[in-house]
Amino acid sequence: MLPAIQIEQVHKYFGKLHALRGIDLTIEQGEFFALLGPNGAGKSTLINLLAGLLRPTSGKLSVLGHDVVSDYRAARKALGVVPQELVFDPFFNVREMLRFQAGYFGCGKENHPWIDEVLEGLGLADKAGTNMRALSGGMKRRALIAQALAHKPQVLVLDEPTAGVDVELRQMLWEFIKRLNREGTTIILTTHYLEEAETLCSRVGMLKQGELVALDSTRNLLERYSRKSLRLRLDPPSLPAELQPLLRSQENDVYTLALQETAALEGVLAKLRTAGVRVEDLQLVEADLEDVFVELVRQ
Amino acid sequence: MIGLWTLLKKEILRFWKVSFQTIAAPVITALLYLLIFSHVLEERVQVYPGISYTAFLIPGLVMMSMLQNSFANSSSSLIQSKVMGNIVFLLLTPLSYWEFFIAFLVAAVIRGLVVGLGVYLVSIFYALPPLHHPLIMLLFAISGCAMMGAMGIIAGIWADKFDQMAAFQNFIIMPLSFLSGVFYSIHSLPPFWQQVSHLNPFFYVIDGFRYGFFGLSDVSPWLSLAVVATSFCVLSWVTLIMLRSGYKLRG
Repeated sequence: MLPAIQIEQVHKYFGKLHALRGIDLTIEQGEFFALLGPNGAGKSTLINLLAGLLRPTSGKLSVLGHDVVSDYRAARKALGVVPQELVFDPFFNVREMLRFQAGYFGCGKENHPWIDEVLEGLGLADKAGTNMRALSGGMKRRALIAQALAHKPQVLVLDEPTAGVDVELRQMLWEFIKRLNREGTTIILTTHYLEEAETLCSRVGMLKQGELVALDSTRNLLERYSRKSLRLRLDPPSLPAELQPLLRSQENDVYTLALQETAALEGVLAKLRTAGVRVEDLQLVEADLEDVFVELVRQ
Repeated sequence: MIGLWTLLKKEILRFWKVSFQTIAAPVITALLYLLIFSHVLEERVQVYPGISYTAFLIPGLVMMSMLQNSFANSSSSLIQSKVMGNIVFLLLTPLSYWEFFIAFLVAAVIRGLVVGLGVYLVSIFYALPPLHHPLIMLLFAISGCAMMGAMGIIAGIWADKFDQMAAFQNFIIMPLSFLSGVFYSIHSLPPFWQQVSHLNPFFYVIDGFRYGFFGLSDVSPWLSLAVVATSFCVLSWVTLIMLRSGYKLRG
């Protein structure tokens, strides 16, 4: 089976700025993939290269086997992109806009039921006749997603789709996107809400300064990079010397230690007991993708 | 073909939905020119023997409105969607640069022709110019609008903000259209300015268009047609190169 996305040795320069430094990435069909990274890491640049909004300085990108430069028509037909900015055409209502968008991709009247389904799925059905200008921010965001879906793409790229979106809409949106994924659509997501990536995505790629610094399944990344954190309130507030290497941070009498595994807890407590330090409060915190992210960005 | 047709339909609906601004307003403006100039000059000027000044003025005003509005259609559509950011919805599609070009150009021609027809219909209440060569008239109408539609695409792609677009319109389009013989025959100008007028492609569009009505012109209609066709081809070539390279549209 052809990969949904294949990126080979892609470099992109903006003048002297080396924005992407040799990215290699393959995303299989049906995946729910998260592309993470701090601001300016190159996430949007990579997406814009896939979408044909930018051209690579060197390297190859393809969507379902279609090169995004030489075979751009087929590549773009397979791809739906939700842009990060809240942009809209002020002349038309939601339904008109979706029909136009699908039409640009060569879809005719036979596609109208699908557009109704998208409107329904995103809670836009009662706003279908409303002009884009008159929609609230959240509704505009939904319309933007609907627009990317109008031609029923096999690969959907969402660039920060939930920025500034309330909890209710976020849940509704993810239910719909998860359904699309179950039905076979490949989903690629960039987000700042790491918990979203953790719960939704099976695989994660992390970009830092134009390089892919991590690429693995979400579970592997969590296991490999992050440790559990042990928060202790000590009396007297002093940490025995042999526990100092585990210390992550200290705030007054609260010490946060890094643990490789839960079993190590036993040893820590024994050392404290020997040193005559009493544990007043204890909290074991599971690592999340945010820890992995912070750790990788710090490296 | 569905993609091209959809974009064309959208571009037509875009101006049709705001037709007070895009059709009625230029018709009223042309009517005001007609009322004022014919009132002041009707008794004093006769350019062609046996043809009243008002009748002489009408084809010029019709063509000037067509040129300005076909330019305005493609240029304003592009600059608006660039400034608003919604041009991205077009750039994400599989539409080729040819389809992009044809849709914007044809929509501009249609807007120009609709405005021209509007100006013609309201002005014939004041004077009815004869129509000696309707096909030649139509040929100049379409080629003039197409030339300006292409120029509008170039301006729309080049300009990054409304300010630059206003400069293009006020410093290039307006002087070229006012100094093209809309209100006078260039034979009434001093020799130096007659020479300068011959460098203005708008002069040939208007002169050839007027020939369609009166069978009379300042220069041969075939020369005019050659100049207009060449201008259109050069502008289209530049437009297609810009679109194909993704100039200012794709980084």
